[in-house]
Amino acid sequence: MMNNIVFVNIMRFFGLLTLQVLVCSNINLIGYINPNIYLLFILLYPASNNRLLFIFSSFLLGVVIDAFLDSGGTHAAASVLIAYIRPLFLKFSFGAAYDYQSIKFSNTNFTQRYIYFLSLILIHHFTLFSLVVFNYNKMLLIVRQTFYSSAFTFLVCLLIYSLFSSKEA
Amino acid sequence: MQQLFNFFIKNKIFVLFLLLFSIAISLTIKSHQFHRTKLLNSSNYIIGSIYGLSNSVSQYFHLVKENKLLLEENSKIKSQLFNQTKYSTIDPVLEQHFNLNPAIVYKNSYSLKNNYITLNKGLKDGINEDYGVVTSKGIVGVIDKTSSKYCRVLSILNSNSKINVKLKKTNHFGTLSWDSKSAGIVQLNDIQDLVKLTIGDSVTTSGFSSIFPANIPVGTISSYRLNDTKDLYVIDVKLFNDMTNLEHVYIIKNTDFNEIDNLNQYDE
Repeated sequence: MMNNIVFVNIMRFFGLLTLQVLVCSNINLIGYINPNIYLLFILLYPASNNRLLFIFSSFLLGVVIDAFLDSGGTHAAASVLIAYIRPLFLKFSFGAAYDYQSIKFSNTNFTQRYIYFLSLILIHHFTLFSLVVFNYNKMLLIVRQTFYSSAFTFLVCLLIYSLFSSKEA
Repeated sequence: MQQLFNFFIKNKIFVLFLLLFSIAISLTIKSHQFHRTKLLNSSNYIIGSIYGLSNSVSQYFHLVKENKLLLEENSKIKSQLFNQTKYSTIDPVLEQHFNLNPAIVYKNSYSLKNNYITLNKGLKDGINEDYGVVTSKGIVGVIDKTSSKYCRVLSILNSNSKINVKLKKTNHFGTLSWDSKSAGIVQLNDIQDLVKLTIGDSVTTSGFSSIFPANIPVGTISSYRLNDTKDLYVIDVKLFNDMTNLEHVYIIKNTDFNEIDNLNQYDE
């Protein structure tokens, strides 16, 4: 059982990475909107005690994606941030059901799940585009890109999640 | 000391987070400032070969279009050859030496603020940094990173790109940059307001730098306005190249590059 979870997460890491850099970053809907589906790895990572490993693997995922997309360290920074603050949002979205050891995303209420997904995706994209644009005079641009990309990412993430949810560990 | 260790162990998650976050931020700032990220860019060996693999599949979908482009180019070159006057005067002093190296685009982006292109040529093929990249239609960018088998091009669709160009008709020169708004339009700055502009005029490379030879087409003027201080023009240039579907490009190698580069270094 334990090995199964490790295996699923390793597969998810490489699968989402490949899909992200070869397919999803080339969609360019109405010119510039791409879904960042690799966030599913961070969102669905089991809520275990080993947060060190979790934060580190999120960083690794972000850095590799940065290397592929030539984006400096923007994806890495945003990923590390949401990996670090994730427990807060687990608590906020799932309330009493949140338990360090035994939370299973497939068992949770779907509204709760939407709130959890959406809030972390929004924070991730806001950090990402703030760092990409790197100019606080262009706040409107940052907010607009955050809004569009988050919506697209949220949609695609939910689609992928519901496609594979029967296999969820 | 003991207390310090205890503090780190107690807050190890926060410490790790802070460490990784600051690494990521410093990578970001570095990439904004001078493009010195040595390891983590798409000319890296592993990343380049993965993009190569992906390209070997996707290039089949573009074959028809690419064939058409090559045919067009062939016919253009042929017609130039046939129409060449027999006694063309060649000035041996002014003649510059440029070699062309064909390359294939492995990765291209055009929707970000800073766009880069990865090509399948590297140090092994004699490609170095600061070589220019063009297609049969116009300019693409300048190489800014090389590894042994791959290189990365600073696309003209990059807010850090600065290329010296001129107006074909009047020979007034200025700097080409990009405001990161549209993939088809770049901006030409530093042209004096005395110059008479016409929409539709051609813009070509100036040939002042050792990167590009003179008179490579860039685009046409699509609109112009005065800048904030009302003494220089900001000209929107519509590119001849479609930067969104590059496949075959040429790397321009100036055989006198090192000599010219050495000369320019004495300025500083």
